[in-house]
Amino acid sequence: MVKIRHINDLLAEAPLFEGMEPEQLAILAGCGKLAHFRPGEFLLKEGEEANQFFLIRHGEVALESHLPGGVLTVAKAGEENVVGYSWLFPPYRNQFDARATTDVDAIVLDGECLRGKTHKDHELGYQFMKRFAALMLQRMQAARRQLLDIYGQPNPENS
Amino acid sequence: MMETAVPTVRITEPVPFKIEKVVPELPDCFTFSLTPSETKLPFVFAPGQFNMLYAFGHGEVPISLSGDPADTGKLIHTIRNVGSVTAALQKLKVGDSVGVRGPFGSSWPLEGARGRNVLIMAGGLGLAPLRSAIYYLLANRSEYGTISLLYGSRDPGSILFADELEEWSQKIHVGLTADSASPDWNGQVGVVTELLSQREIVPNTVALVCGPEIMMRFCAYALLDCGLLPADVYVSMERNMKCALGFCGRCQYGPYFVCHDGPVFSFDRVERLFKIREV
Repeated sequence: MVKIRHINDLLAEAPLFEGMEPEQLAILAGCGKLAHFRPGEFLLKEGEEANQFFLIRHGEVALESHLPGGVLTVAKAGEENVVGYSWLFPPYRNQFDARATTDVDAIVLDGECLRGKTHKDHELGYQFMKRFAALMLQRMQAARRQLLDIYGQPNPENS
Repeated sequence: MMETAVPTVRITEPVPFKIEKVVPELPDCFTFSLTPSETKLPFVFAPGQFNMLYAFGHGEVPISLSGDPADTGKLIHTIRNVGSVTAALQKLKVGDSVGVRGPFGSSWPLEGARGRNVLIMAGGLGLAPLRSAIYYLLANRSEYGTISLLYGSRDPGSILFADELEEWSQKIHVGLTADSASPDWNGQVGVVTELLSQREIVPNTVALVCGPEIMMRFCAYALLDCGLLPADVYVSMERNMKCALGFCGRCQYGPYFVCHDGPVFSFDRVERLFKIREV
């Protein structure tokens, strides 16, 4: 028999929310739902309103941007990664496409709902933002390293 | 195998070797298979060491050995065209000669790593000096614990030794990442340190890191963050080498001469230097 698991339990297992109180997770779970995406389906579209984020449970998502010459993948997110940060701050607009490259199971969290709840409960807001700030720092540092083009720097003196 | 092989070819003047085969790897990168033109002495080297290759009429450059250390009959060098000497080498054809001095320098600590887990991190052409180590580890697979290779490149088209990576992935864990890619790329996207976060670093691991210095710096810090000791992280340094004998001082790196004391250093020996911009 398939065991039905509540979002609450799934959030409690996610490293992102480790250390949060059950009551806080219950509030977050109230903004969440489970979703499945088939390969090729978009989780987010560039330019559209950013009103949710995804906690990937299984599968892989590519963050992409389309250029005149084709599509460029700038990052990939796998199990236990978060996709979608633009819902946090105005103008709430997605900056990249997010496309499932495999079957993806995710917890979808509603941004507007979360903003409302964290605004009312500042301790919840602090716990939530602390975790998201760490994630965003990690992403920013990774993006800066990509910008450095670290593999393209041979020593010209040893030429 | 010795941890660091002593030179078997003359070290003060180049010995002519004939180009037996040229393998184009990437548009600016190629691999020479060289056999001695005169003597037929076995060429013994330890993975991580380098030779000085002389393009006659142009000059000499230090190039790591990228072949199987068990094959002592020929020299394999993978070279990137980044300047006048390497451009001259790229123009050479099968049957042409190059001068060889070596092997020189320190090597990857493969003997000392027996019984331990080995994590290899390579970026760009940095896979070439590690390929010899990978051959050795695979040939002696039972003597090591888990072996992982994490490799990053600028884009999927810049991946070195793509066929071998596929072959190695049948025997050891191979993680690939590119800085950017088209949608048909099924590897990871991001810098090579991103692959570390997806892989649990088991205790008793030795890490071998090779690539551009900035990549090695990021990797070394990420490995320390994962709990490795600086003495268990090895990097292969590159500086402007001329004599390769530790005499001329051109490759001085703090208190070391990279040609003589390196190119392979444990991170605890160079960590302080990594933080000094001017070195």
